Amino acid sequence: MYYGEISGLKLGPATRDAFGDALKELGAKHPELVVVDADVGNSTRTEPFMKAYPERSFNVGIAESNMVSVAGGLASCGKIAVCSTFATFLLSNAYDQLRMSVAFPKLNVKFVGSHAGISIGEDGPSQMGIEDIALACALPGVKVIVPSDAVSMAAATAAILAEHGPMYLRTGRGKTATLYPNGCDFKIGKSIQLRDGSDVTIIANGIMVAAAMDAATELAKNGVSARVIDMHTVKPIDEEAIAKAARETGRIVIVEEHLMFGGLGSVVATAVGRTVPVPLAYVNIGDCFAESGDPQGLLDKYGLTPAAIVNAVKSVMG
Amino acid sequence: MAVSIEELQAKAKLLRKHIIRMTTAAASGHPTSSLSTVEMITALFFGGFMTYRPQEPHWPGRDRFILSKGHAVPALYAAMAEAGYFTVEATMSLRKLGSIFEGHPNMARMPGIEASTGSLGQGLSIGLGQALGCRLDKIDNHIFVMTGDGELGEGQVWEAAASAGKYKVSNLTVIVDQNGYQQTGATKDVLDLRPVADKFEAFGWHVQTVNGNCQATAVAALTIAKSIKDRPSCIVSQTQKGFGILPILEAEGDMNYHGKPLSPALAEKALALLG
Repeated sequence: MYYGEISGLKLGPATRDAFGDALKELGAKHPELVVVDADVGNSTRTEPFMKAYPERSFNVGIAESNMVSVAGGLASCGKIAVCSTFATFLLSNAYDQLRMSVAFPKLNVKFVGSHAGISIGEDGPSQMGIEDIALACALPGVKVIVPSDAVSMAAATAAILAEHGPMYLRTGRGKTATLYPNGCDFKIGKSIQLRDGSDVTIIANGIMVAAAMDAATELAKNGVSARVIDMHTVKPIDEEAIAKAARETGRIVIVEEHLMFGGLGSVVATAVGRTVPVPLAYVNIGDCFAESGDPQGLLDKYGLTPAAIVNAVKSVMG
Repeated sequence: MAVSIEELQAKAKLLRKHIIRMTTAAASGHPTSSLSTVEMITALFFGGFMTYRPQEPHWPGRDRFILSKGHAVPALYAAMAEAGYFTVEATMSLRKLGSIFEGHPNMARMPGIEASTGSLGQGLSIGLGQALGCRLDKIDNHIFVMTGDGELGEGQVWEAAASAGKYKVSNLTVIVDQNGYQQTGATKDVLDLRPVADKFEAFGWHVQTVNGNCQATAVAALTIAKSIKDRPSCIVSQTQKGFGILPILEAEGDMNYHGKPLSPALAEKALALLG
């Protein structure tokens, strides 16, 4: 069983693999692209680029702070600097460096966090990036992007390299269903409606978009028409699509593999409050650390399932 | 060298006066932390060690100076003013609302500033990134980074030291402004990281320990640092915090005098002392 299966989607590669493959491919197009990694390139999947372009690759060792500031230095020489490690080490360990060496000077650094969420599984809470979106969103001027499948991840990788400025890209460890088998017209800041509906809108990102598609399929069986939006960009948030959904469906459920505070739920809630206030419900990790375990077992235990989304829809529909 | 030591000494004296006027006008800032750096910064900007174009601050071929101890930025503003980036008069808006002369360096607002610093410990990593980037582009230039000695308490400095050693970036020089004091007291009492030279040496750096408040010595040390072609270079620049106005600090009974501007009356005395 995998998310997306119920709605007939095929299982595809992990988003980290799609990122790594795209990065290597884009190395030819962007001679100014350089990569800095903190000795986890075979996990973050910067390795294919590093092998193809050793002279443009820097493994600085297990030193995330140095990695981020070195990327800032490279960017201030006109490079597109990609730096990458596990999401939690990147955002939590090197946060002041992201603030001072990247965001404050507005440098062209793309920082990429892998192993997002609890679905990394057995390695446990120390490795799980569950607060990265809140931290990234708090950095002034930084764009925050959470693609949902391999196809949109490849497109997102191309998009962030094509646009100047500091950006955070979140990748996941496990295989995910392919939502865009025919390609993805990916634009930073522009959400994608995957399914229309009139009773409720489910806004999700990352691996939870496929789960939202499954939930919508289940809801349809009970006569509930659910719109599903892939909100791949958390900042800047697509306020227009959110206001439209609020107006047209009257209620919104926000789904993410992240903590309750400061993530997609908080950002969408702010947008709803500013535009068309409607009842909201949330599906997320809550306010806790998870534990070791198998990925699906963890998603079940911590309530990140199509069934949990269906329940949230029911709650918001009253 | 086209410029004589005497000319550099005269320039250093000017820089010191600018620092005192600037911080007293701002009624805040770190004059003593700035004063210890003056001979090295004077040598860098006016001794022929850096090529730069004030009218074209982003010229790719320029040498770069990163002030990692960002609180000493009045010294950098003074040097940049004398170099022609802006007028000395403009620097008197230091720390005022709307001024680009912020309390710590901000590269997003001021062309010619090579790194935004103020959170200690990051400048050497940024300098390493620039050294790698310039080397990749085959630019024949040099990146100079100045840290404080208290700043060496930041672990990131040693992450940078280790990786600069790994990459053998000979176009990178760090100047440790070892003025012996940090915010709450003497560096030897707060966190004694001496011997500093041995630590950088252990990471594969060429290291010199010199009297950083002697103008001729500063010039000699930078000459050697730039000549090293197989590894990064470190100058442990032994200085005195507040150098140039030490009798005033003695009279005030505070040889650290950290983060305090001189009062207008004391500033007048300091300027008279500098001559």
